[in-house]
Amino acid sequence: MQATDIKNPEYFHKVVDCQYACPAHTPVPEYIRLIAAGKYTEAYMINWESNVFPGVLGRTCDRPCEPACRRGRVEEEPVAICRLKRVAADNKGDVSLHMPKGPFPANGKKIALIGGGPASLTVARDLAPLGYEIHLYDDQEFGGGMMRSQIPSFRLPDEVLSQEVNYILDLGIHTHFKSYVHSLKDILSKDYDAVFVGTGAPKGKDLPDLPGRWDAKENIHIGIQWLANVAFEHTAKIGKKVIVVGGGNTAMDCCRTSRRLGGEEVKVVVRSPFSEMKASPWEKEDAMHEDIPILDCHVPKSFVVENGQLKGMRFEKVMAIKDDSGKRKLVPSGEPEVFIEADEILLAIGQENSFPWIERDLGIEFDQWEMPKVDAITHQSTLSNVFFGGDAAFGPKNVITAVAQGHQAAISIDLYCQGKNLTERLHPMVNLVSQKMGIHEWAYDSKIVDDLRYIVPQADKKLTLKDRKKEVELGFDLENGFKEAQRCLNCDVQTVFTTSRCIECDACVDICPTSCISFVDDGEEMDLRTRLSAPANNLTQDLYVSEVLPTKRVMVKDEDVCLHCGLCAERCPTTAWDMQKYFYQVTKAGSCKHIL
Amino acid sequence: MSYIKPSFRHPELPVNTLGYKRKDYEGSLSTLCAGCGHDSISGALIQACFELNIEPHRLAKLSGIGCSSKTPTYFLGNSHGFNSVHGRMPSVATGANLANRDLIYLGVSGDGDTASIGMGQFVHLIRRNLNITYIVMNNGCYGLTKGQDSATADKGSKSKAGSTNLFQNIDLPGLAMELGAGFVARSFSGDKVQLIPLIKAALAHPGFALIDVISPCVTFNNNVGSTKSYDYVRQHVDATATVDFVPHAAEIKTTYEAGSNKLVSMHDGSLIKLNKLQADWDPTNRDSAVHALHEANSKGEILTGLIYINEESQDLHQLLNTSKKPLNTLSEKQLCPGPEALMDINQGLR
Repeated sequence: MQATDIKNPEYFHKVVDCQYACPAHTPVPEYIRLIAAGKYTEAYMINWESNVFPGVLGRTCDRPCEPACRRGRVEEEPVAICRLKRVAADNKGDVSLHMPKGPFPANGKKIALIGGGPASLTVARDLAPLGYEIHLYDDQEFGGGMMRSQIPSFRLPDEVLSQEVNYILDLGIHTHFKSYVHSLKDILSKDYDAVFVGTGAPKGKDLPDLPGRWDAKENIHIGIQWLANVAFEHTAKIGKKVIVVGGGNTAMDCCRTSRRLGGEEVKVVVRSPFSEMKASPWEKEDAMHEDIPILDCHVPKSFVVENGQLKGMRFEKVMAIKDDSGKRKLVPSGEPEVFIEADEILLAIGQENSFPWIERDLGIEFDQWEMPKVDAITHQSTLSNVFFGGDAAFGPKNVITAVAQGHQAAISIDLYCQGKNLTERLHPMVNLVSQKMGIHEWAYDSKIVDDLRYIVPQADKKLTLKDRKKEVELGFDLENGFKEAQRCLNCDVQTVFTTSRCIECDACVDICPTSCISFVDDGEEMDLRTRLSAPANNLTQDLYVSEVLPTKRVMVKDEDVCLHCGLCAERCPTTAWDMQKYFYQVTKAGSCKHIL
Repeated sequence: MSYIKPSFRHPELPVNTLGYKRKDYEGSLSTLCAGCGHDSISGALIQACFELNIEPHRLAKLSGIGCSSKTPTYFLGNSHGFNSVHGRMPSVATGANLANRDLIYLGVSGDGDTASIGMGQFVHLIRRNLNITYIVMNNGCYGLTKGQDSATADKGSKSKAGSTNLFQNIDLPGLAMELGAGFVARSFSGDKVQLIPLIKAALAHPGFALIDVISPCVTFNNNVGSTKSYDYVRQHVDATATVDFVPHAAEIKTTYEAGSNKLVSMHDGSLIKLNKLQADWDPTNRDSAVHALHEANSKGEILTGLIYINEESQDLHQLLNTSKKPLNTLSEKQLCPGPEALMDINQGLR
């Protein structure tokens, strides 16, 4: 097998599973170590630099990092990465000292951002310090987009959101709130050098053809619209019996909000089996904790309306089976239809993009699904000065993805405004530094703790259900935050092997607690994987292969369950192994301006 | 420095027929120098006992004094252990074995503990053919006292300080052969593929079994000019044959071409499979084994692998015809049957 090229920045990046899985590639272990060291401000800034909304994401992120966490492969649960981010946000000191401060010398370029959500705000934050004049348009009264209109206050308090939105607006952004953009043509006529569209996926799906849908429409609501009405205090109550149709996170927000607005018997009814629901497991748990049953495998059949009065809904029971091609389908179970009583019904069955305000003759091409044609890397549309990001670009995903796309769009806009090639993008900033402090001492806390995942405490249900603004999760206290941070395996502290120093004494093989290291005759990867100290069956994890050693063997390290405990390097007599901290930072707009 | 090994292990490691994992055969984290050959031997012992499905409480580790004799702390943490006086492990082992013949005895010693201060005890252990696996972790120097030449250091070998050893070395396998040992092997800490099956075979052998394991001292004897360094040993090693141990329950699946292989059967039905045999060497023939040793010595090669095995070995208990039940399980009445029994014995001698 070809010896591993550790000079390729992606090799060690991939070993840091959490960071690799994060769309914005936040340096997770780095900030977790800072939390353990009590440096909350610094931990916050690492996050802010990368994901822009640490306080928001520390409460609401979809957490793609946690299923990827290596700890989840050696014990039951991954590190509570998301809630540790909140520890940094809750306990940070004065961060303004660390943030870019205006006024910035103007570069003469003007940018319009349509939509005030996470994608647009990210573009604003990245470009404003470079001297761009940023104009942000949104129909809401304040910035934040869906983070404000769709995420309920009991999950994300207004002051947390506003603080982080204001960090950006305070960079000198020209805001045009309460102004819905009806025409892109109008905007384009205003001499902007580039336009960024970050309008999200604002249209909630409906069941327009289901019998009875329009017979009691005052009591049937579209989930995200209803949540926005609650957030902006247009809606303050709901009937006692509520059905929420759908199984995603919006459905969970709808049902829990209903419980706070007077809903006593709130039920979530979903087509798919419980295990396949789109909602995050922890959101389902929180809903059930608030006495909301989740009825799965129920397909909506009709709304039941009597004398203009909504009575409830009928559902068909289904079961999930695999067809011949292995695809999952839902087939009727043959059981009788189920009637569920309801005073009000919320439809939370997905959302989609909608661009009625973009004229189709501007040169922006749309595909068969009415989605703009957008380059996956540059985020540029077919009209060269119009860029898309967030849900508006590639359909509904989540906040962290919108942030990641905002960063990339900002790079493109910056390159575009300088007349440079958009595809010539800079490599990430990487740094690899030995952690050796002495013969057996490391600059990082290499001890592996056995603690199981700590549970984030919640406020008493009796209190939270009475007040829709009362935050349910209390966050880790400092003591448990520290203990949870200690569970991190420091996967960014890499095991770096220098072939020329190895004397093949086997000390690393003997000491490795998780049998990651082997010295074997070389072979093809799939053959090697079967001949190691422990089977290397996780094909998503790379093998780290050395050059050929004097005995004609090679060192092979399976990265899969390495604890990064440093014992291989501690027991190595010749420092052929060293523990080196790898820092990987996605390049931001204007990062290397002084070089170019 | 780490003193505690993390408790997590690879989730897909196998269990043996007893349901134990390799972890159940491990000991405390080693405090020997990083890269010490002894740690590799510990690793090989752990693997061999795991693979042999030995119940940890059925094994007793005995050692003397020295770096080597510290190692029993670092393996088989659930087994019995006795860290005895310098060079006196054979006496303690003899006593323990006579008191309880049901345990598996593993003696761990070093070149100083065996070839210097313990030489007297060592030769009598062989003479009596005590049922014990005797491992010498042989690094040719006194590592614990800063690396002076030991009695197994080769003549002409250079120390780290630069001085040349003037004295003839004691070759432990050669000595054991002369004394009539029934199982003699030599190996290298850096070659677990060979060492693990040798340990298994030695544990299965009824009687004294010596494995002289060359185990480089990375701190004091891994320099250029030393004949016990990793590099020197790798360059001069010459194996009698490749060794494979087949426990009695397992069936032999591979076939070997005639002439270059040999099967040695052991008393418990297990087999030692030897492949790629050296010419003019028969592991069951003492003369050819002694000859092979001498020839390798004269060529300046380090002969490793199984050197000699006596398939008819009779251990001390068999020679003395002692009680089949361990003495420590006999009641006081059985052990001291009273004046009538003495009278009978005396009567029988009249």
